[in-house]
Amino acid sequence: MTGWLPKDFWTRNETLVAGVIALFCIIATLSDPRFFTITTVSDLLRASIVIGILAVGAMLVLVSGGIDVSFTAIAVFAMYSSTVLFLAIWPDAPWPLIFAVSVAFGAFLGAFNGFFIAFLGLPTLIVTLGTLSIFRGFLLTFIGSQRISDLPPDMRDFSRGVLARGTTEAGNFYSIPWAALALVFVIVLTWFILKKTMLGRSIYAIGGSVESARRIGINVKWTQFFVYVYVGALAGLAGIIHGSVGRMADPFSLVGLELSVIAAVVLGGARLIGGYGTLTGTLLGVALIVIVQNSLIVVGIPTTWQSVTIGILILLGTGVPAYRAKRAAARAG
Amino acid sequence: MSSDHDTAFIDLRAITKRYAGVTALDSVDFTVQPGEAVCLAGENGSGKSTLIKIISGVEPATEGTVRIAGKERPYLNPRISAAAGVMVIFQDFSLFPNLSVAENIAFATQLSTHERFFKSRATREIARKALDRIGVEIDLDARVETLPVAQKQLVAICRALASQAQLIIMDEPTTALTEKEVRRLQGIIRMLKDEGVAVIFVSHKLAEVLEVSEKVVVLRNGKKVAEGPATDFDTQSLTYHMTGRDVPEVPPSEVMAGAETLMHVESLTKEGSFADISFDLKTGEVLGITGLLGSGRTSVAKALFGLVAPDAGSITVEGKPVPTGDPQAASMARIGYVPEDRLTEGLFLSQSILRNVAIGRLDAHTSGGFLNMAGLVDEASDWLKRLKVKAPDVEAPVQSLSGGNQQRVALARWLSRAPRVLVLNGPSVGVDVGSKADIHDIIRDLASQGIGIIVISDDLPELLATCHRILVMRDGRIIDELDGRSVTEDDLAHRLAS
Repeated sequence: MTGWLPKDFWTRNETLVAGVIALFCIIATLSDPRFFTITTVSDLLRASIVIGILAVGAMLVLVSGGIDVSFTAIAVFAMYSSTVLFLAIWPDAPWPLIFAVSVAFGAFLGAFNGFFIAFLGLPTLIVTLGTLSIFRGFLLTFIGSQRISDLPPDMRDFSRGVLARGTTEAGNFYSIPWAALALVFVIVLTWFILKKTMLGRSIYAIGGSVESARRIGINVKWTQFFVYVYVGALAGLAGIIHGSVGRMADPFSLVGLELSVIAAVVLGGARLIGGYGTLTGTLLGVALIVIVQNSLIVVGIPTTWQSVTIGILILLGTGVPAYRAKRAAARAG
Repeated sequence: MSSDHDTAFIDLRAITKRYAGVTALDSVDFTVQPGEAVCLAGENGSGKSTLIKIISGVEPATEGTVRIAGKERPYLNPRISAAAGVMVIFQDFSLFPNLSVAENIAFATQLSTHERFFKSRATREIARKALDRIGVEIDLDARVETLPVAQKQLVAICRALASQAQLIIMDEPTTALTEKEVRRLQGIIRMLKDEGVAVIFVSHKLAEVLEVSEKVVVLRNGKKVAEGPATDFDTQSLTYHMTGRDVPEVPPSEVMAGAETLMHVESLTKEGSFADISFDLKTGEVLGITGLLGSGRTSVAKALFGLVAPDAGSITVEGKPVPTGDPQAASMARIGYVPEDRLTEGLFLSQSILRNVAIGRLDAHTSGGFLNMAGLVDEASDWLKRLKVKAPDVEAPVQSLSGGNQQRVALARWLSRAPRVLVLNGPSVGVDVGSKADIHDIIRDLASQGIGIIVISDDLPELLATCHRILVMRDGRIIDELDGRSVTEDDLAHRLAS
């Protein structure tokens, strides 16, 4: 059709999801002109940061041919433990150090997943279901089950840092926090790994065919191990950002969000069989899920319908391309 | 002879391989010269895969010496072997369906140079060069999953070339290819040989690779039983060496005069895959349907058993109409269907042999909602015996059987239901020569008992050995009807490809 569009542009999930988002925005703006303002956009962006970082990790796992449901438990574990640790030994520590420790905790827990999956060859869903329970149970039993609102001061300072803030003419306040930069950083880093390193290409290759990957000499075990450690680290980062921005270390938060995150990733075109998934798609999927969770009310759909809507979107968003592919295959055969 | 050994790229001497007491290879000598194509023939279990595993470094030899490119290799693993230029193209090609053609070709090369970063331009460069070497044009950015089988194979060949292959080992290179594609492959092989690249074919389908091979080596029960220039062999003598017995393929005896029409197919049409398919099938007749990949033969086969719903047309069996697009109705009308890809469509691989046969007869052995297990088992074992399924234990999973025996299990399941019409899609895909002849025997035998059989295949000798009549399809239509007892293989091949 046009030269600059990729050949499969019209059949991609990304296009479909972007279309749905655009459609939603149009309808929302028509029914409430106040919808499409910088305030809404900044609210949605804020809500996307934690889910976005988690989704990038979940996407990586799907691409490698696995599935991880433990990342929310890792996130909350890393966030809560590092908060407790610093409150006990050094409450005045600078936030980058606290963040680094949380990331390290996350990577360490991810290494557990990686060990069982890569080196013992256990099924990914089973392993992460198990570790989800273990990490969560361990956290609540041995580290604590109290909400802490008295965070280390520097964490609170982090949450006050903003990239931009202001008041619209209508008098609505908006702000974009520093944390948005963390999401940008994660996206750029992951993009670089996936597109520009042999490690990243190996992750795609393993997702495409593990056996073929082994035969041409890809180090499957270490690649898989890396994936789970990296995802753990991202979860640690997402967790500590969640705690800082929310100004509360809540050991009961985040867990339960994992299916929404995976839903966002799947909506963006990643396939459960592995080998497929893009950052663009993932971010669009996150945007759609966040919009549905926060703004459904604007177009007159009651909030109780949120999960129904998300379910329908998943069925349509993944079902339509799958059905098309099946039709195409039937015609070719 | 000694000069042979001096110049050889691969030089194996007195190779013996034992697995836990079983001798898979018994003192085999094997050489491959640079630029030589060797056809390694043998039935399943003859030791040919073991020999390939030793050359490619997957398994060590128990005794004997391995030399690659003049160097003795007392210790070998797949990486060392690949670095020496030995590349194996497996039957499934081992490609990445989700990655581009360029990446598939260049990946192994980039791994071997310990590249850390992925460079798109260099990747395309590597792929471009490899494709140019064999003079093939494939879109570098296409995802491999979107390519037809023949192009996937070319990508696999290019990947081997990009990794500086000196020897390419091809496992069953022609099974999934049509005549035309085989001819193209032969051309590419000749080109590679001119460049000094050696090739080993490991194949069941022999005639096609014989043409481009210099040498033939036949293994049987782990021993080398024949070796010589390819010109000294033909399909008949190869079969003899492989099986140790003569397996003559006799054409089918005539259909009984006055045989009734068993099945009548009238203007079967499905938009985009086939159109206006009409034919009659008599009792005891074997009807062949052939055509290149994409000619619609497989869709027609499926439509006959209701797996594909046609837009128009009718099927009648013994005068009664059979609702189309409904496998259960087809099954009630006593039509049987053995799919081409029995691994994914036909058999429950991890279940026992017995269960695989019995599953088709659950209804006949049920009374008052309860299953008469003993009757079921008796009947199934009886059929396994009648079809001479070689299995140590009927409780063993089907996947433990050889291809030929798996196919017999699939047949046994249908035969136990006493079908009137049997549709066999690629009845001998992936089975070895000996079993193939046995399956053809079974087909002829069933026909003589009055079953109408439809064989869908692109294996021409198979059609000639079994069919009374052959319908040729192209672009979804029947373009020719031939008498299977008078047409020659060349003539048939010509009509297929023209």
